[in-house]
Amino acid sequence: MTDIKSKKFKIIDILLLICSILPIFGVILLKILTYEPASGVALRGARVFFQIPMPIQDLYITESQLNSWAVVISILFLCLYFTHGLSKDAHTKRQLAIEWVVEKVDGMIDENMGARFASFSPFIIAMIALSAFSSLLSLFGLFPPTSDLNITAGWAILVFALITYYKLKCGPVNYLAGFASPTPILAPINFISEFATPISFAFRHYGNVLSGVVISVLIGAALQGLSGMLLGWLPGFLADIPFLQIGIPAVFSIYFDVFSGCLQAYIFAMLTMMNVSSAFDAEEFERRKIKKEQNKLNKSNKKV
Amino acid sequence: MELAIGIILGCCALGAGIAMIAGIGPGIGEGNAVAKACEAIGRQPESKGAVTSTMIIGCAVAETTGLYALIVAILLIFVAPNIFVGVLTGALAAII
Repeated sequence: MTDIKSKKFKIIDILLLICSILPIFGVILLKILTYEPASGVALRGARVFFQIPMPIQDLYITESQLNSWAVVISILFLCLYFTHGLSKDAHTKRQLAIEWVVEKVDGMIDENMGARFASFSPFIIAMIALSAFSSLLSLFGLFPPTSDLNITAGWAILVFALITYYKLKCGPVNYLAGFASPTPILAPINFISEFATPISFAFRHYGNVLSGVVISVLIGAALQGLSGMLLGWLPGFLADIPFLQIGIPAVFSIYFDVFSGCLQAYIFAMLTMMNVSSAFDAEEFERRKIKKEQNKLNKSNKKV
Repeated sequence: MELAIGIILGCCALGAGIAMIAGIGPGIGEGNAVAKACEAIGRQPESKGAVTSTMIIGCAVAETTGLYALIVAILLIFVAPNIFVGVLTGALAAII
């Protein structure tokens, strides 16, 4: 048992918090150092920092990758902070808070996937945290990694692999026969709809975050032009300061960055849960299990 | 040459605008979904939580087609002109 009042405990606490904030500050510093000012409507993709030569195609290390690594590291230290000094009788605020989160996600999984998938909660909670924090990075003026198709496509491929794994649990023959249902004529359409799932996963998340980025850039440019028109008569350098750009974009970013980002994280996790649980045919799996056991019994009986 | 590039740029912009007509569909669909959810909550106020979360997921799925249109429009504005002009100049260089 650790004493939560001791000096050592508090020092470790502060160190963990600093470690969780430091990556974000590092990325902000990198952004400031490599920033190229632009006027008007400036929309660009992720900046490519450097590339590593690879046999098939060069590996690009981009802004979105660095930002998502920063998010991963900062979430890791946040988790360490929240689980620091856990005890059986919860008496710290952070333990109560994190227990609430874990209970919520467990309840969500129990409701949507059933008790069989109870081991999914770490994956789902990691997915929500990574997605939400990545989208919220735009609050710091950074490039949100989720507005890069490569990042969301990676997550979608992961989900697709999970779905296919749970479909293959009932045997490869059943998996292939699933394409020919209800009639074999529909096989091509079933095949397309199978691959449409990861594509729509990736594009939904990417499109939502990207549309927020595009609209905030347009609002920023419009306010700059408007303040130049309205307040351009002010003397000296005052005319160059875009007064309307102060504060007003923040109101819009409450919807486009905070609400939309968190909602997309929730929806991504929710659809992952639904797709994975509907991919798994529990009845067929049980039937096959019983059959296998019977076969084993028959074989052992024959040997005897 | 300039005329050809002008036609490419203009048609890309037109195509982006036409693609965004797809925004009508999700708008109507989500409006219907929210209206029905409001009715359901009005009838059974105790089921508000379940109805709201189901509605949000339904809205997200309905939104997908609109987002496809948005992505097509953004590709047409920011990516396609470069590629098409590159193809045109390449073809002209091959002829000459």
